Amino acid sequence: MTGQVSLAGRRLPPVDLLAVVSVALMLIGGVYLAAHLPGHPGLAVPVATVAAGALLTVVDLALLSRVRPFAWPVFFLVFRWALAAYLVIAGLLGFVFIRDHTPAATLAVLVATLIVFAVDVPLILAFTVARYAVPGPAVKPG
Amino acid sequence: MTQQTAAVPASPGSQPAPGRPSFEIIPRRGLIPVAVVLAGLIAVIAANSSWGVDFFHVVGGGIWTVLDLFLGFVLGPILGRLSIPARIEVTTRLMPKMLLIMPTVVVCTLAAGWQLALQTGDIQTSYSHHGWIVASMIVVAVMAVVALGILEPANLAVLFELKKPQPDGQVIARLMRRFFYSAGVTGALQVATLLIMTRLATA
Repeated sequence: MTGQVSLAGRRLPPVDLLAVVSVALMLIGGVYLAAHLPGHPGLAVPVATVAAGALLTVVDLALLSRVRPFAWPVFFLVFRWALAAYLVIAGLLGFVFIRDHTPAATLAVLVATLIVFAVDVPLILAFTVARYAVPGPAVKPG
Repeated sequence: MTQQTAAVPASPGSQPAPGRPSFEIIPRRGLIPVAVVLAGLIAVIAANSSWGVDFFHVVGGGIWTVLDLFLGFVLGPILGRLSIPARIEVTTRLMPKMLLIMPTVVVCTLAAGWQLALQTGDIQTSYSHHGWIVASMIVVAVMAVVALGILEPANLAVLFELKKPQPDGQVIARLMRRFFYSAGVTGALQVATLLIMTRLATA
């Protein structure tokens, strides 16, 4: 029990916070594009948001990789399953935009946005679960 | 995408949870109906079926809104007054299902809603109520940040905590505080969604 309390109270880099900011940036870019589709929206804003979000995600992963000790088996267990789920969701949304003959440049930005989104959400989920887990074997999901 | 589920508001102490039932964090059997629903969604979008996308948008949106409001403002407070074993019993049975239901419902609502707006022309910037459409997107975006950043991670972390031989009551209490505050926000935003959608429907 003492070990768990210290795990809950320990200081970790703001991995979840940075990922949430990145998700917010993806949503801002996504809403901007969606508000201007099916026309030809300007891409400066969404490109800027997706670039900033992707950069944040890379920084986030770098920060996370330096955390020791950490419940990596639990992290990867959750990340793997969540990534699979959110890739399905992102794929479905991508299919909708392809089906609607979205212009190539706009589609490229949308796909990039969906990819960053599909990485950020599992990162938030996995980090939140793993930060409270004792480093060691993973808990089976079922 | 709102992932609002009722969960265990733990006692401040760090006592082991009494009488915890065994449970699956992700119920494998539930993946079959999810796959069927998503296949149906893909089919109606591929076929460009007006009735199909309308069905998925209306049914999905209705379920999403009702679940958020009911779980956030009705079931959540009730759970807070139940005994600890009862809260754990409800949580371990309800939350795994919600982890499957909510993302499915949300993706159906959004994908079908987008197609519906394309078919009706509501998505066009020339549409007289386009501002309301954009407002609905902004509301969904804010709900998504709250749900994906706070609600869903807290729910998942609680389930993993309850899987431990000695769940930590303080950890669960901390996560549940996050849950209850964010549940109020998403509930309020669902009211905004209702206002926008009824406004659009009668425009």
